[in-house]
Order: sequence, then structure tokens, then C-alpha cells
Amino acid sequence: MAAEPTTGRHKVYLGMAPGVGKTYAMLEEGQDLRGAGEDVVIGVLETHGRSDTARVAEGLEVVARRTIAYRGVELEEMNLPALLRRAPAICLIDELAHTNAPGVEHAKRYEDVADVVAAGIDVVSTMNVQHLESLNDLVAELSGVRVRETVPDRVLAGADEVVLVDITPGELLARLREGRVYPPERIDAALNNFFTVENLVSLREVALRQVAESVGAQRIAYAGAVGTREESLQSAATQAVGDRLLALVEPNPQAQRLIRRAWRSAARLGADLDVLWVRSSRDMSDADERGLAALRQLVSLLGAELHIIDSDDIERAVAEFAAERGSTYVLMGRPRPASGLGRLREPLPMRLIRRLEGVDLRVVADRAQRPEREG
Amino acid sequence: MIGSVLLVILGIALGLAAGWWLPPNGRRPVVVRRGGARRILLPFSGESISRRAMDSALRLAVAEDATLMPAYLASVPLTLPLDAPLPARAEAVLPLMEAIEQRAARRGVVVDSRISRGRTCRDALSRLLASESFDRVVVPAGDGTESGFSPEDVAWLLAKAPAEVVVLRPGPADHDVVTGAVVRGHF
Repeated sequence: MAAEPTTGRHKVYLGMAPGVGKTYAMLEEGQDLRGAGEDVVIGVLETHGRSDTARVAEGLEVVARRTIAYRGVELEEMNLPALLRRAPAICLIDELAHTNAPGVEHAKRYEDVADVVAAGIDVVSTMNVQHLESLNDLVAELSGVRVRETVPDRVLAGADEVVLVDITPGELLARLREGRVYPPERIDAALNNFFTVENLVSLREVALRQVAESVGAQRIAYAGAVGTREESLQSAATQAVGDRLLALVEPNPQAQRLIRRAWRSAARLGADLDVLWVRSSRDMSDADERGLAALRQLVSLLGAELHIIDSDDIERAVAEFAAERGSTYVLMGRPRPASGLGRLREPLPMRLIRRLEGVDLRVVADRAQRPEREG
Repeated sequence: MIGSVLLVILGIALGLAAGWWLPPNGRRPVVVRRGGARRILLPFSGESISRRAMDSALRLAVAEDATLMPAYLASVPLTLPLDAPLPARAEAVLPLMEAIEQRAARRGVVVDSRISRGRTCRDALSRLLASESFDRVVVPAGDGTESGFSPEDVAWLLAKAPAEVVVLRPGPADHDVVTGAVVRGHF
């Protein structure tokens, strides 16, 4: 039987802005690995004239760049064929979002990285959070600066490890003023445009959230792959520490109250809230469409997530989703009274209680059906 | 003889089938839900809503068997994306929506709340008008203080709203408002 082809691992150093020390951290890791006897090379390094960065790269083997002539200009790009021929164990590749000169193998550097990883070489790379495709608009609104070079979210999501290189905005601004980020002639322009405290605070928050989300996604990935007792123990260790609430909704007016209650409970417990609609195969009416739009507005105000799963087996869909998200508490509205053969079935809350072991279930009353009190 | 027995058995079978089909109280549920096709929009933008406006909207909803649609108009700063989470607003607005719903429930009025976002309250209202249909809009006119719709906003609404607009004249009881404080921590 042929051996499974092994691919390399991809680790990304993510930062909120230029100058936080991503490249430095990448090179330090390279030096540590080299010191431990690993075969490490630099695929491409952008020092931007920073002497600290150049110093930490000393002693590491560099795969020479190649020169590409484009419209009368000579551009230097990472030499992917030479790197693949050299086949080191670990390769350091700076600036994942870089756009290559026309005429080389790929348009983008992250595509080069995919080839290197596919060849079984571990890659350590760097990128700034504003280059992430899904955050491009958000960052542009926050900072007023739109970057043209973007990286698809799948690249970061597919990375084996994402490490946030974090410093405070004040520290970064101090570095900038000291000339450790840009040459002196660019400092004033940078301080007046991109490098404002407000921008950096916002970008830092975006970067922190991004890494937190990738940690959450990895936890879910681990949880889905368990089988043996040891793996179960590992899974238990990676479970979220706190509560996680799941509100089951349908796009009707009652759902708004359910979400409000779920949100209130989540706030009290300090828990995260997921909102789930298991959409059956029947067609959506106009009222459903309007109800869904209203739910989206409410959920987005709260900063929660509205998930929609298409399934006719609500109980199974909820159980799978709750397991995947690590839900500890499920809230649902009062089920519609069954009629006909539906009465032969156990009510949905009971089925869910049986299916969702270790998960609390709360049925929220429909206020419109509450008897009016006298007086 | 056999025919009579078969008829009796058939009758029993039909009775049992009907018993299963009907809900436990023995009668098909009469849809008692109030709130027909008519919808009354009650827009607001702060952490409270004029009690007069609220009561007027409820009276109309009861009289017309309509659904009340309280709509929070969220103005989102330009520094944030339009769909950004607004947890501080949620903290104030959700109890208010709960209070409105509880008040409506006491009058037997069905509520279908909305949240509409925009860069200004008027922008949020404009988006709401474009995406929802309703028969009436109830707004309190402002008296120059912070509460109520300004004359410009009222004029704009009269020109744009594809529905009947009920503008409540400013009154001495306008300081009387419904807030979320009555339900805070109790929903």
C-alpha cells in the first residue's frame, strides 16, 4: 500500500498592524529551531530596512530571490522552484498577502505557501489582520484605509496554528516615533494617517477576536475527532470552561422574546449565545422572510450568531449543533400543539432532553398565551 | 346483523380516529390570536417611549385587531460597520422592548418587534419603510425637547411613509414614558 503523502504544517504570526513584531517573532522561532538542529531556511524576508529585524535573521540560510522583468522594471520575488528543490524541513515566508509579479507560478504568495506546505515543508509565515478578506471592509471603515492585497479566510482557517503578536497601541506608536517601523521621512505621514490610537485600538480588537475565533474553531475540530478514551479526555480538556447557550427559534414574532430571554440569561451567566433555526424543506413564506430579517437584526445587535441548518430532522440537527458548539443550555419556545399522527410522537422538548445529555433545557412561555391577571 | 356490527365498528373506529386527531381539550383549537393582517408601526430611538404614543398605538391595535410593530431605530456611528454588535444599546433597548411587549400582552395585542439600523435615525427609518409593510405609523411630535419627532422628521415621514401617519400633538403628559426599568432583571 502506498504511504500517505505528508503535508507540512502552517503557522501564521498575525498582527494588528505593521511594526508589532511579526517578522521578528517568525525569525526568532527560526533561530530557535535552527539551534535545535532543524533544517530552517528563509523563503522570503521583508525587513523594510529595520536593522533589528535584519540582525535576528543573521545566520539563517536564505533561498535567493529571483528577478522578474515586468514592464521594464525588475522585480524580486520568492523563488518557489528553488525553494521546492532545496526542500528544507522548515521555511520562513514573510508577508502572506503579497501579490507576486506577473509571470511567476501564482498570483499570490499564499498560493506559493500552499505549494510549499503540500510538498511536506513546514511553513512559518506572517500577515496583518487587515489583509484578511472578510475583515477588509470592516478595517477600511475603522481605519479609513483599504488594503488591496487580501488573503482568503480559508487560508487562515486552514492554518495549523495562528499566533497573535500583540503589543499595546501606545507601545507601537512609541516604536514608530523611534523610527523602528518606518524610515524617518515616513513617520509623520504614518502618524497622521493609519497609526492613530483609535485605529490601532480598533485593529487590535479585531485581531484579538480573530485569534479567539480560530481557537474556538480548533476546539470544535478537536471535539469532532474523538473516539478513544484518551481522545475523550483530551476533548474534555479542550471544552469551553463556561456555559454556552443555544436558543432554538423559528422566524416568527415569538422568537424575539425567546432571544431576549436567552440573551438576558447569557449575560447573567457570562456565557456566549448561539441562535439556531432548523429550517425544514417547506417553502419560506413572505412572513418567514420578514421574520428572518428581523431576527438577523436583533441577533446582530446583540453580537450573537444566527445559524440556519436545513434539515427535516430537528432533533438530530439540534443535537449535532449543540455538540459541535459545546452548548450547555438550550432555550426553546413552547412547541405547537400536535395533531393527527403527530400526537403519537413524544413532544420535542422530551426528545431533546433525551438526546442532549448533560444539557439543560428551558421552554420559554409565549406571553400572548399568558392569562391576564385581574386588577 | 353483520352489517349493523360493521357499522358499529366503523363508528367506533371513526370516533377513535377523531379523538387522536383532535387536540387534548377535545376541540379543534380556535385561532384566538389577535392581530390580523393590519400592522401598526411604532418607531422609537431612545431608551424610553412616550406612554401616550404607546397607549394610542395599543388602542388602535385593539380597535383594528392589528399587530403592533415597535421598531427601534439604531443609529450606527460611521466608525462602525452597519451590522456591528451594539451591546450597550442592547442593554437599554431589550428591556424596553420587553416592557412594550408585556404592556401589549395585557391588552391582548400581538407584537412583532423590529430593529432597523442606519447612519442616522431617519436613515434607519427609511430602511425600515423600504423593507416592511404596515398600515399605520404612530409617532409623537416633539415639543422642542429631546423627546418626540422633530417637525422636520414628521414632515419627512408624512412625505415618505406609504401608510397613514398618526402624529400625536405634544402634550403635558409627554414626560410620562415607558422604560425598560420595569422589567430589568425580570425577563
